[in-house]
Parts: sequence; structure tokens; C-alpha cells
Amino acid sequence: MARLVIMGGGVAGHTAASFARKWLGKEHEVVVVTPNSQWNWIPSNIWVGVGGMKKKEVIFPLAPVYKKVGIDYRQAKAVSINPEGKDGSDDAFITIEYTGQDKEGQSEELTYDYLINSTGPKLNFGATEGLGIGTEMGTHTVSVCTADHAEHANHELQACIAKMRAGERQTFLIGTGHGMCTCQGAAFEYIFNIEHTLKAEGVRDMADIIFITNESFLGDFGMGGIHFSMGGYATSSKVFAESLYAERGMDWILGAHVNKVEEGKVTYESLDGEIDEQEFDFAMLIPPFAGVGIKAYAKDGSDITDTIFAPNGFMKVDANYNAGAYENWKPSDWPRTLQNQDYKNIFAAGIAFAPPHTISKPMSSPNGTPINPTPPRTGMPSAMMGKAVAGSICDMIKGAPEPTHTASMAEMGAACVASAGKGLFSGTAAAMTVYPIIPDFEKYPGTGRDLNGTTGELGLAAHWIKHILHFGFLWKAKLKPGWTLIPE
Amino acid sequence: MSKHLNHIEPYSPQFGTMVPMGFQKFLRTCVLWQIVRFVAINIRMTILILKSHH
Ligand SMILES: Cc1cc2nc3c(=O)[nH]c(=O)nc-3n(C[C@H](O)[C@H](O)[C@H](O)COP(=O)(O)OP(=O)(O)OC[C@H]3O[C@@H](n4cnc5c(N)ncnc54)[C@H](O)[C@@H]3O)c2cc1C
Repeated sequence: MARLVIMGGGVAGHTAASFARKWLGKEHEVVVVTPNSQWNWIPSNIWVGVGGMKKKEVIFPLAPVYKKVGIDYRQAKAVSINPEGKDGSDDAFITIEYTGQDKEGQSEELTYDYLINSTGPKLNFGATEGLGIGTEMGTHTVSVCTADHAEHANHELQACIAKMRAGERQTFLIGTGHGMCTCQGAAFEYIFNIEHTLKAEGVRDMADIIFITNESFLGDFGMGGIHFSMGGYATSSKVFAESLYAERGMDWILGAHVNKVEEGKVTYESLDGEIDEQEFDFAMLIPPFAGVGIKAYAKDGSDITDTIFAPNGFMKVDANYNAGAYENWKPSDWPRTLQNQDYKNIFAAGIAFAPPHTISKPMSSPNGTPINPTPPRTGMPSAMMGKAVAGSICDMIKGAPEPTHTASMAEMGAACVASAGKGLFSGTAAAMTVYPIIPDFEKYPGTGRDLNGTTGELGLAAHWIKHILHFGFLWKAKLKPGWTLIPE
Repeated sequence: MSKHLNHIEPYSPQFGTMVPMGFQKFLRTCVLWQIVRFVAINIRMTILILKSHH
């Protein structure tokens, strides 16, 4: 009998747990440790944040789903890993701290044969003065990173709409709250949904809408930009994105490291070193991400966190962490099996693995402040990593000497549908496909991507797809009949 | 045809990019055309998913 423990039941962890349970015989245990009792389809938080959906439409309770399929569910957060066991025992274990199941605050040691770290990001609001403290969002801005945040964002948005109806002009500032943020796509979706909502409410002419981003050009998306095959041109995502903002009358501030947030005002440093301010009535700023801060200890109790985790708290895997300068970066720097190289029974999937470096070119201001997007690890690659890692572990439990499945971001594409407004006949979204995610300038000189597989278009059809995906992925996550037929 | 461009100021950043004109905008929410695009995008995404699974 083997026990697989999965830390984090989000996109990657839930996918890994579901497939592992399906592929492993009942004599093996699959345990999920995750602190929230509700599963959240995060992409639809955007619609909650503009009142287009209710919070209850984007979440569901995890316990009944896991009970149905025989996954041992612990509503707890992982605190530390002891990969070598402890004095008197060689059994590897993690320490968890319950957040529910009537055991709040209690600690427990959970032994494992295989471990997956899929704990996603720590929302590091505390990295920017005034944006929040630690993982707690502050009071000056809103967020759409969780369903609760999104519900609160909509509440604030409705208050602004009421003010505009009463004749008060409002400034909306949407974007990234730090120079090292990722997830520009979510900010992109939110600003377009705000604009769409204000138009539908008949108050668009009372709003100034501004995008503030750490990208050096619009459409970088943390992927160094993308060239889409579009209308007979290899069109840069810069043109694609600028066109959308220009058409909707929204301004943009580029290369910005927001270093201070106060009531109604942000202060930011630009790539040219200038310090500037921007006032707002409503601001949604994505916080920077870090690892969730799990510690690791050797058998003798010494701290080996630095061995297993990178300084940003993400878990080291089979990536090349010594790639050096941008000019030397190669697609092969990116991990394939997602296996930790010191402890071969530990894997990481989704946002939790430490990328070898960014995808966008590193930049900094003349003052030395780094200002560039960190690499996105969106839903599709996160789920594919979860599935691949589960596949490898199941095979290793059955006797394979090493991982049998790979999920390298340099060898996979990503399909992304970014909402630009909700509505059965009035909605639009940008449907983008990118192949491969990590540009390969040797194989695809000039653009780094295969133009046969890299496309983008805006329209109602993409909105329909986004809405169908909402229902499809919730169906899949609830492990309802036929869930394996819905691709990751 | 181009009323939606009236807000663009000369020499503003918005002035330096391409913007869709009326027919392109119409196509984006034209149900018949979008049904065609729905099928096309789904095929495109299916090919991408098949290419990505190892
Ligand atoms: C607003 C928004 C919109 C987005 N829209 C899209 C989109 O349209 N398309 C797309 O592809 N991607 C989108 N993304 C990105 C997508 O949500 C992420 O790529 C995906 O959730 C990453 O999966 P993950 O499993 O790595 O992390 P998560 O899904 O965040 O899961 C991590 C899990 O770990 C748990 N956890 C945290 N700490 C611990 C701990 N100590 N112990 C145990 N468990 C822990 C968390 O509670 C969570 O359940 C969006 C993101 C945001 C914020």
C-alpha cells in the first residue's frame, strides 16, 4: 500500500488527486490537504467582480466530492515537510494544521510515500506598502483573486456606479500592484469587464479607466509578448492589446512598479526611473505572488527549506536554475517531470513549482528596481502538470523507476479565453492559443512561436466558449459523469 | 462606421495603434458569423490540446 499526499486542492492539485484516485487501486491512499472547504473556479471570479455572477455560482464544497470518490480530505494547511522522517523513524511526513473539520488549529503529522506540492501562490499583498499586510488585502484597493475578494470588489463597483449616476465622475485604476507581478491576464479581463459593465449601466461617459502594469509593453502578458497569426499578418500582441484599449477609450501606464498605495492614490516608479502618482476612486491591483511559505526539515531537525525551495518560496524541480543571462535562456531550462531533484518522491505542479527564470526579458529602472512580469502559469498548464505528475507517481507506485510523464511549458501550448465583457449576445472575449508557451527562437526564429498554433481573435464566439468552459470545468471538478472527457 | 473612434486624441498613445472599423466591430457580435467562428476556435483549441499532451 502506498500513500500519495497532495498539498493544495486548487487547479493542479485537484486534477492530480482526481486522476490519481482513478488510476490507483483502492489499496493505495490519496490524501488532499487544502485549507478551504470550498473549491473555486477562479477564472469566473472576474464576473463575480462586476456582478455578472454570484459567488455561489463559482464555488462548491469539496468534502462531498472527495467522499464520493474515496479521496481522504483534510481541511488543513501544510506547514512543513520532513522528507527524511525524524529521530527514530525514516518515514517522510508533512505537518499540517487544521482549518476546519472541527479541528481548527490542531496540528498533525501525515506520512507519505509520494508528495505533490500544488499549493499555488501566496497573495503577497504585504510586498507593497499600503496594498495589504502579509496575505491580507488592505482597504484602499480591491482584488478578484478569491471569490470573497471578487464579491467585495463588486460591492465597491456598485457604489461607484451609484455615484456616477448622481453625476460624480470616477477614475478606475486596474492592473498590477508591484513591479514583479504576474497574472496580467486577470487584470486585463477585469478592466474590460468593468468597461463593459459601465457601458451597460449607461455611465461609461462618467468614467476614466486606466490600466497600470509592470509590462514594458501592452500584451507582454508575462510571456515576452506573442505573435498571433491574424488576418495575413504575424501580429504582435502589443498591437492586439493596444487596439482593444484604444477602441474602448482606456489609457495605460507601462513599466510601473507600484511602491505605495494610499487612500485614492498610488505612487509608482517607472522603467525610466521617474516617480509618479495616479489618483483613483476604485482600484483593483493584483498582488505579487510568492510560494506559500512551507518549511522543510532534515532528519536531525535542521532547516533545509533552502534546499527544497527557491528564495521566492516556490519548490525546486528539474529545471535549470543556473541559466544565467537572458541571452543564454533555452526552452530546455524549463522542467519536464516536475520532480524535486533532492527528494525523488516529491513533485510540484501549477504555480507552486519554481520557474528557472522569467519568460519576459528582465528589466529594471535606473534606480535598480526590477520591473518585469514574472511567468504566468495559467489554468491549462497547471492542470496538465497536475495530471502528468499524477501519472508519473501512479506508474512509480506500480514499479516504474522514474517519472513516466512530462509536462514542460516549453513543449505545450496554452489556450486562453480572456473575457472582455459578459452577455449572451453582447459579450466578447479574446480567444488566444499559444504554442509553445515558452518561446523557442531556435525552432521558430523571429517570433519564438509556431504561427500555425498561435492565434488570437475577439468576438462573441469566444465569450460563448468562456461561458461553456465555466460550466464544463465546474462539472469536471465535481467529478460528475464523463468528467475525464473534458480536457484540461 | 467610425463614431467609436471619436475619443482618440492625436498623438496620444491610442493614436498609434490600429482600431477596428464598423464592419469588423459588427462581425464580432454577428451571431451567424460567430457560430462559424465558434466552430473554428474549438477546432483550433482541440488541435492545440492534442499537440500539448505527452
Ligand atoms: C482572477 C483570476 C482569473 C484567472 N483567469 C484565468 C483564466 O481565464 N484562464 C486561465 O487559464 N487561468 C486563469 N487564472 C489563473 C489560474 O487561476 C491559475 O493558473 C491556477 O489557479 C493555478 O493553479 P494552482 O493549482 O497552481 O493554484 P491554485 O488554483 O491557486 O490552488 C492552490 C491551492 O492550494 C491551497 N493552499 C494554499 N496554501 C496551502 C498550504 N499551506 N497547504 C495546503 N494547501 C494550500 C489553496 O487554498 C488552493 O486551493 C486566473 C487567475 C486569477 C487570480
